[in-house]
Amino acid sequence: MSAVLVCDGLHKSFGAVSAAADVSLSFERESVVSLIGANGAGKTTFLNMVTGYLKPDRGSIRFEGRELTGHTPREITGFGICRSFQIPQLFHSLSVRANLLVAEGIAAAERAEEATDEVLERFGLTRYGGQPAALLPEGVRKLLDVALALVARPKVLLLDEPTSGVAADEKYGIMDLVMGAVRGQGVTVLFVEHDMDIVQRYCGRVVAFYDGRVIADGTPQRVLGDAEVRRYVIGEEAHAAA
Amino acid sequence: MSRDRTLPALAIACALLLGAAALAPQWLVFLLALALAKGLVVLGLVLLMRTGLVSFGQGLYFGLGAYAAALLSHRAGLADAALMIVAGTVCAAAVAAILGLLLARYREIFFAMLSLAFSMILYGALVRSSALGSTDGFNLHAKAFAGMALAAGLERRVFFAVSVVAMFCVALLLHRYLASHWGRLSAAIRDNELRVEYLGASVYRVVYVNYVAAGALAGMGGAFAALAVGHVDPETAYWTTSGEFVFIAILGGTGNVLAPFLSAAIFEGLRTVANQYAPNVWQMSLGLAMLAIIMFLPGGLWTLLRRRSAA
Repeated sequence: MSAVLVCDGLHKSFGAVSAAADVSLSFERESVVSLIGANGAGKTTFLNMVTGYLKPDRGSIRFEGRELTGHTPREITGFGICRSFQIPQLFHSLSVRANLLVAEGIAAAERAEEATDEVLERFGLTRYGGQPAALLPEGVRKLLDVALALVARPKVLLLDEPTSGVAADEKYGIMDLVMGAVRGQGVTVLFVEHDMDIVQRYCGRVVAFYDGRVIADGTPQRVLGDAEVRRYVIGEEAHAAA
Repeated sequence: MSRDRTLPALAIACALLLGAAALAPQWLVFLLALALAKGLVVLGLVLLMRTGLVSFGQGLYFGLGAYAAALLSHRAGLADAALMIVAGTVCAAAVAAILGLLLARYREIFFAMLSLAFSMILYGALVRSSALGSTDGFNLHAKAFAGMALAAGLERRVFFAVSVVAMFCVALLLHRYLASHWGRLSAAIRDNELRVEYLGASVYRVVYVNYVAAGALAGMGGAFAALAVGHVDPETAYWTTSGEFVFIAILGGTGNVLAPFLSAAIFEGLRTVANQYAPNVWQMSLGLAMLAIIMFLPGGLWTLLRRRSAA
């Protein structure tokens, strides 16, 4: 398999705080990769650099051979990289259906209405179609946020904590829907996650961040068994001491 | 699916107003002509408000439209109302197209204050220009419409009828626009610009297009107002005039393209009555009315009609 996204020597600092220190990663087409790490480890900064929200101080990000640094989020979306957010970014006064119609319109879908119905159906959102986004439960907001990101038919999908703030019994349902929607579409999925059960169940590769650095990269079994990861990410030692 | 009642309502309003143009007394024709002219400006303001922007400087384009129309007859000797309306609209749109390049980058109070600043620059220039009549302004006379000479005494009725047709066309176009992808995109920008950019659309482009359209509508409104009054002066660009447009927009609400015209008519009617019977306190009455609207009808008077039709 070929690498679709290659990041090389990424550095990003906010004053004295280093959010990315020599981060070099590559992601293969159609792979599902989880980014794990404690709060402030640099996971979201990494997503923000890939999507153009932040410009790295040094290093390069290449998508299908094209350099992404210096491009705006809008341009990067146009290249085929879309994202969802930790706090769902929706159009609160618009209905769920209108949210998706906006996205379909931007994606220049030929039959926006039909395409919207299809997305509503695929994500189990049909019964919420007429409801304003502001009134949705958190799990549905997360789903809608992911659905919006998928409307543009991305080649790379970045999900920032897709199950955070969602009731425990809804998490698998949400992930099943999301993974079902991207299956067979040739999409590379990178998702930031804190729930290790979700990580083990849905991804084939895990990248662990700590203090802006990548401290482990490999299969879930190998990374989650790594001593540094258990100490700095899962926090086992601290729990044991307590 | 709910039926779209805007088109029949617009057609009925248009028919009634055309009837008024032919039969109503002159004072009512004048009042309605002024209301429609201001309604056109407020329609553009509503478009901006739907995008999440409040302009306190639409007086700039209202004044430009009025002066461009007036200068055509006063200086160029082209006293054709159709040409004057086109000149007012095009002139305002052209200036909006230039200023919009800068203003489309700003939001919230910065957008409001910058737009106000530009309108006050025009006001200052008009006040200082003796060639344009300084604070007194100057009169204009339109003697024909689209090449047809107008009989004395009929001019204002004809101009009003034309403004009714303009209202119909512009409101219909805007209604379609708001229901289209670009209209939804405007509302999406008001809610969440970040998400719009991350979906791949240019927020700047949508804001710019809406700003130029609002400027053109204000220019058209200015030209119609100049034709109705027969006089232009720097007050057209003054900040209180811009504030009046914002007042009318809040009074009517942004729920429908007919709301600006309805609220402009109510505003002009109230002002006429208040000027007659309480000339010294009418601003206070308007202030109280605004307080009541914000407290009890934050969506504007249009929500009353919506509630009634929903019931």
